This record gives sequence, structure tokens and C-alpha cells, in this order.
Amino acid sequence: MALYSEKVMDHFTNPRNVGKIEDADGIGEVGNAKCGDIMKIYLKINNGIITDVKFNTFGCGSAIASSSMATELIKGQPLEKALELTNKAVAEALDGLPAHKMHCSVLAEEAIRAAIKDYYDKNGIAYDKAQFPEHNDEDEH
Amino acid sequence: MKTIYVDNAATTAMSDRAIEAMTPYLKGVYGNPSSLHTVGQVAKEALDSAREKIAKCLGANPNEIYFTSGGSEADNQAIRSAAILGARKGKKHIISTAFEHHAVLHTLKKLEKEGFEVTYLDVHENGIVTAQELKEAIRPDTALVTIMYANNEVGTIQPIREIGEVCREAGVVFHTDAVQAVGHIPVDVKADNIDMLSLSGHKFHGPKGVGALYCKKGLPLLTFVEGGAQERGKRAGTENIAGIASMAAALEEAVENLEENSKRETALRDRLIAGLSKIPHSKLNGDRERRLPGNVNMCFEGIEGESLLLLLDSKGICASSGSACTSGSLDPSHVLLALGLPHEVAHGSLRLSLSEYNTEEEIDEIIAAVPKVVEYLRNISPIWEDLEKGKKPHII
Repeated sequence: MALYSEKVMDHFTNPRNVGKIEDADGIGEVGNAKCGDIMKIYLKINNGIITDVKFNTFGCGSAIASSSMATELIKGQPLEKALELTNKAVAEALDGLPAHKMHCSVLAEEAIRAAIKDYYDKNGIAYDKAQFPEHNDEDEH
Repeated sequence: MKTIYVDNAATTAMSDRAIEAMTPYLKGVYGNPSSLHTVGQVAKEALDSAREKIAKCLGANPNEIYFTSGGSEADNQAIRSAAILGARKGKKHIISTAFEHHAVLHTLKKLEKEGFEVTYLDVHENGIVTAQELKEAIRPDTALVTIMYANNEVGTIQPIREIGEVCREAGVVFHTDAVQAVGHIPVDVKADNIDMLSLSGHKFHGPKGVGALYCKKGLPLLTFVEGGAQERGKRAGTENIAGIASMAAALEEAVENLEENSKRETALRDRLIAGLSKIPHSKLNGDRERRLPGNVNMCFEGIEGESLLLLLDSKGICASSGSACTSGSLDPSHVLLALGLPHEVAHGSLRLSLSEYNTEEEIDEIIAAVPKVVEYLRNISPIWEDLEKGKKPHII
């Protein structure tokens, strides 16, 4: 299909890291069912390193592919590195997304941030609030 | 991989007869029907013959048929013409429905900006308007009623004859976008009390880029493409002879075989609906009985339509969806929303539109493939997880 790159189709039809982590250290859920996409990311964290990551996504092909790629990019990485992941990096790793699908990569970035914030909150770890700006899902799309 | 094409409401494959009817005018008969010489006059004969065939299929007279570039142009011309002519008599009210094709809806939106008032009739949960509600909505200043014959997404057939009767009694012009109906269900402009009707060639195995507007004799029609005197001055431009001849052949063929095709498609449709309805938390959209013989439109809770389409495509099944991602906007299909479906359910819709070319084997392959894809997507859907754990109530 010409709509998506081969890489997007690969990550959509054979998504990596699909599933849940029952005893996750951090969980992030972003998106809105009304708008047609929700992403949920589960993190397992050990000594500040993301040792495992899983996702569940309701959404279009690029939303599922973005989730898959984003989890690949942060697996095994320190939290600081994962926080640096941008939606652009996710889209580039997928060999690009159509312009009207870029918000899917934004959701992936936000879901990871939300999961890390959840971990910090649960464990009483201090962080710079500016690192986690509030998002309004309705406006994002 | 074999292709199973079930997106015939989007477009159809051309029939052999339609292709054969086209070729003489691509190679050989190249004349301009407006030319006086023999080469031109041969083309003129083809044009006249096509007009007669199409008129006959609709129960109209040949001089009531105007060829256009397609259904959208016919819709635009009919609505704009009736609106402008109505306004000249001080009538600036139009009645329609919220689930019309965009060729109608966007024209109406523009007219609203130009000072017209539009009443959108309720299409109810079953996707059908009532003649009674139309009757109640008609006002002394109503210039036009435009209601589609059958809906392009959910396939529901409107009570056109009754609607036409109400309009006739009230003396209001009645236009119908019959793009999905012509060639698929019986259409008779006289018996149905239709003043104007739009049709499109490629929806009944004819070519793309050609359509027609029926406009009842005596009803004034404004011209929007100015130029030569083609189409009795109502639509300028050298005629698309090959397309017109081919469309006429396709319609003739469709009408000749209408009863048989309809029976066959209805049986396939019902088999498909029965098979897919076994998927838990699924719902057929639109009236179960009063729908086009080839239309199946279902929602599956907890999944999104575009990913469903892509996975079906990877299995060779070509279908469509009313999800936001396929509509290119934030909102899912305006048709499904007009039927009262919540956004989150409308995102998970699947339209399978059949033609007489589909086989029972193909239907069975679809019935086998869709549940697997739905299950796969539900397994990775956080919404489905919430629904199954009871965190959110199932809607369907």
C-alpha cells in the first residue's frame, strides 16, 4: 500500500512488544476514544533502566506502528534517554508517516512520558515538572 | 494472492459490455457530435442512442437527460439551480437529510452561507426518513427537497415515492441523489414523482468521469458550465462520447439483469450479515430489510476501522470504513453519527458492498477472515480491555 512505508506496515502487521506487564512499574495512557486512538504503555524499570516495555493500542495502522517502534527505541534505555525520545524520532525510524498521521507519533512520545511520570509519582522520585507538560488530547489531533 | 473486491459502493469494475460499447468511440469514431459532416454525425447518433437508452431505464424522455461529468456535478447543478430559481420567487428554504453524500451536503453548506436555510430531517436509528416528517417540515418558502434514494454507506433505501408525492402535493421541487440506487433497485422517475435525479456511470459497472442529471420537462434548469450549445445549452463542452455510450450500455445491462442480480446479491448479503453478526459486540448499521441488495455495514466495538481495513487488505479483501482515519478528519463518518452512533463505536465500522461479480466462496472467506482480524485488534486494544474488565460498559 502506498499510504504507508514498508517499515510502518511491518510494525503494524508484526508489532513488537505487544501486551501488558501485570506488575508494571509505570503505566501511561494517552489519547481519546472519541478521536479514534488510545495508547497504553507499560514499563518495567530497574536501576533507572527500562528493562521491559509493552503496549496496547486502539487506533489506526500508524498508531499501532508508532507504539511498536517507540517501545523498540526505549527498551533497555535509561529513563533520561527515553525522556529525550521525540515524536520526530519515532516517525523517522518508521521511514516517515503521512502528514495527517504525525499525531500518532506524538501520542507515542506522550504515552512514554506519561508512563515515566507515573513511575516517578509512584516512587516519590522528584522531577522537573516542566519535563511533563499537561496535554489536552482534544487539541492534539 | 486473490483479490476479493467488496467496495462496490466506492466504484465497480467495468463490465465487458460497457468496455465494448466504449472502444468504437476511442478508436475509429472520433467525431465531434456538433460537426455537420458524416464523421461528426456518427458520433451524434451514438450520443442520441445513449440518451434514449438511459431515459428508457429511468422511465424518462430522452430530452429530460443531461450528461455530466458524474454524480457530483449533477448534484451540484440540480441543487444550485433549484435554490437560485426558488430564491427569485422569495423561497430560500431547503429540506434535506444529515446523511447525504458530500456533493449534496457541501453544496447545501455553501447555500446556507449565501443566506438559504436548510432543514435536515432526522434519519432515525434505522437510517430512513419518513414522508410524514417531511410533510411537517415543508413551509410556504420551501424551494427544494433533496433526499438521496439510497444511502452510500449504510445502504438504506428511502421512501422516495411517498416523498415525491408529498413534494408534488406541496408544489415543491424534489431532487434525489440516486447514485447508489440506479441500476441496483427499480427506479422510475414518473412513478416515483421525481423532478430531478442524479446518477453516476461507475456505480453500475460503467466508466468513471461520466454521469447524468434527469430534469423533468418544463422544470427550469440553470447552466453552470458556459460555452457551446451542448446538452441543449444546459451544460457546455464537447461530449464524452466514449464514456456516455459505455455508461448507457452498462445501465441497460444492469436494468436487464436487475431482478436476477438483486436476488443473488441479497442472498450473499444476508449470508454475510448472518456470518459477521456472530462476532460478539457487533452491530449492523441501518435498517435490516430496507437496504440495498449489496450493502453490509457493521460496527465492531473496541477496534478502529482503518487498522481493520489494512489487515483485511493484507488478506486480499478490499473494503471500506467510516473511521476518522479513513475520512481524513477528526470525526468518523457523518452518516454513522447521523444514525446516532457514538464516536467510539463509529470508528470501528466496516462497509462491505457487494456486486453480482462476488461469489459465495468469497463471502465465506470474508466470514472466516473478519472475526480473526477483529479478535487480533481487540487483543491489543486498551478500550477492549476496559470493556471486558467492566471498567466501561459495552455500548453494542
